[in-house]
Amino acid sequence: MDLSLIIMQLLSGIALGSVLVITALGLTIVFGMLGVVNFAHGALFMIGAYAGLYLASLTGSFWWGLLLAPIFIGVFGMLIEFVLIRRLYGRSIDDPLLLTFGLSYILVEGVRIVFGSDGIPFPTPQQLIGVLDLGIGFFPRYRLFVIVLVAVVLLALYLALEKTRIGLIVRAGARDPVMMQVLGVDIGRVWLAIFGLGVGLAALGGVLAGPMRSVNPEMGSLVLAEAFVVTVIGGLGSIVGAVVAGLMVGISISLVALFAPEMATIVMFALMAVVLLIRPQGLFGVRGRTA
Amino acid sequence: MTGPSSGGVLAKPAPSRLGRILDHRVLLSIAVLALLPWLLPSKALAVNVLIYGVVVMGYNLLFGYTGLLSFGQAAFFGAGAYFTGIAIGRYGVPWFAAVGLAVCLSTCLAALIGLISTRTRGIYFSMVTLALAQLVYYVALQAASITGGENGLRGFTVDRISLFGFSVNFLDPVNKYYVLMVFAGLAMWFQSRILNSPFGAVIEAIRENEQRARACGYDVECSKLVVFMLSGAISSLGGCMLALHLSIVPLDILHYQTSGMIVMMVLLGGARSFFGPFVGAASFLILEDVISLWTPHWQIFVGAIFVLFVLFLPKGIWGTLLDAVRVGKARP
Repeated sequence: MDLSLIIMQLLSGIALGSVLVITALGLTIVFGMLGVVNFAHGALFMIGAYAGLYLASLTGSFWWGLLLAPIFIGVFGMLIEFVLIRRLYGRSIDDPLLLTFGLSYILVEGVRIVFGSDGIPFPTPQQLIGVLDLGIGFFPRYRLFVIVLVAVVLLALYLALEKTRIGLIVRAGARDPVMMQVLGVDIGRVWLAIFGLGVGLAALGGVLAGPMRSVNPEMGSLVLAEAFVVTVIGGLGSIVGAVVAGLMVGISISLVALFAPEMATIVMFALMAVVLLIRPQGLFGVRGRTA
Repeated sequence: MTGPSSGGVLAKPAPSRLGRILDHRVLLSIAVLALLPWLLPSKALAVNVLIYGVVVMGYNLLFGYTGLLSFGQAAFFGAGAYFTGIAIGRYGVPWFAAVGLAVCLSTCLAALIGLISTRTRGIYFSMVTLALAQLVYYVALQAASITGGENGLRGFTVDRISLFGFSVNFLDPVNKYYVLMVFAGLAMWFQSRILNSPFGAVIEAIRENEQRARACGYDVECSKLVVFMLSGAISSLGGCMLALHLSIVPLDILHYQTSGMIVMMVLLGGARSFFGPFVGAASFLILEDVISLWTPHWQIFVGAIFVLFVLFLPKGIWGTLLDAVRVGKARP
């Protein structure tokens, strides 16, 4: 096996992992701040892909789809929080999970009604078709773009959370919502925004994955399991954990696919089992909260 | 009458009599199930209610009584079905031995998954059970030479059920129903014994307050693992029943949508009640039948109804009904 092939596969794994990172990040941020596991996350990922496709064909440009789909779906997510999730704060921790699970049925079936059950191809944008010569091999331009874009989004998110006033409020709200309310912050609005952000990230993941996978109503269920595996490995609620675990999972899937293709889907679950046996709270998780 | 133990038919809510009536919950449940084929529009529906009722009942041990929200019960339902089918079809094992073998092997699988997942708590537990059950799904998908992969398991048919010299034609739907009801009855008796035992009290203590149960000196981790295995064993029996009934095992049975359906059924009927799972299975399947008559998109309605139940009727149909009767009973 020659080295350049392995390096190319490694890069493919990073591209795949980047999509996983963005998707799992939405899940983990919402859990970290609101204590809600969003079981409809996979369905919203799928809707994001459809929205991207639809908006791209409407405006005639992939870029508008990429920009607008996460915003629209994020606002839709805020609506979900406002109408449904909000009623369940203070009740059993299982209730939001069950509610969002029921919601995922509605969303998936809704998409089937509007777009049909069959998969739709998601064309790669004109500017990103083809491969790029990296010196040691050829790599698809689109995948390189995904890696760069996710890195930029991660950096922006980090700066927003660590360096801005809003980020400060969000971090403090995650620690002690009651104290924030005493200090005059409308914590309900913070939660609304965070849920919208989480859902927007799922939609962004969906649009980015579009040209790499075909778009169909069932694509969310696989993604949900993947996002769960990533957040469990990284540690629920940990942003760093989601990034490290996402890349880890993407790279292992990609490398295993090279040597034993039939094991590719299974490897991430094995990885999760091993991590759980050693560290039940995940790599970057805080002990006591969940494990 | 203590909280969650509750039985089948509710007669007149006479203050002293209700408790005594509900003490015979297994017999009452069996009596109701015995009438089911004549109450429902089709025998096939009754058989499905029976099968899913057993699966959901096993799951209720975990979710309703112990408070562990697992999203991976399909793994044991599917394992029971696959092991039964493989034992009969590939190795020519007689049907009763195949069922016993399948339940044993599925319990081993439950032990394996339980060992990993019961190390985690709360929401984490839900995510890990879902992921591990998906692992089982992908293994069944990849091992196509044994499991038939995407096409499901075929090539085994049970047309006669014979034991101790008795023999019945299993293709007749009424015979089939009552043969499978023997399994359901045994499962109910077994579950009732577990719930009435000291161990049953321990798992309910874990649900109410894990820290406190631990402080009382109970081995919480070990109890969780044991209840996970027992729950898997009972649900896998439902899988065995499905394999005998259908003579095929669809791969879908292992998908997490099936786990979700089991969760929906238990919530619809009422977790923490003995007969709730059967009510839940029946209402879900009837709902599916009725709605799919006039639209192929029945799932959107099922999802909406489920959301409404979580919001407004978290105790489910049977649980709410029992509560109403109990409140009525308390009044002079």
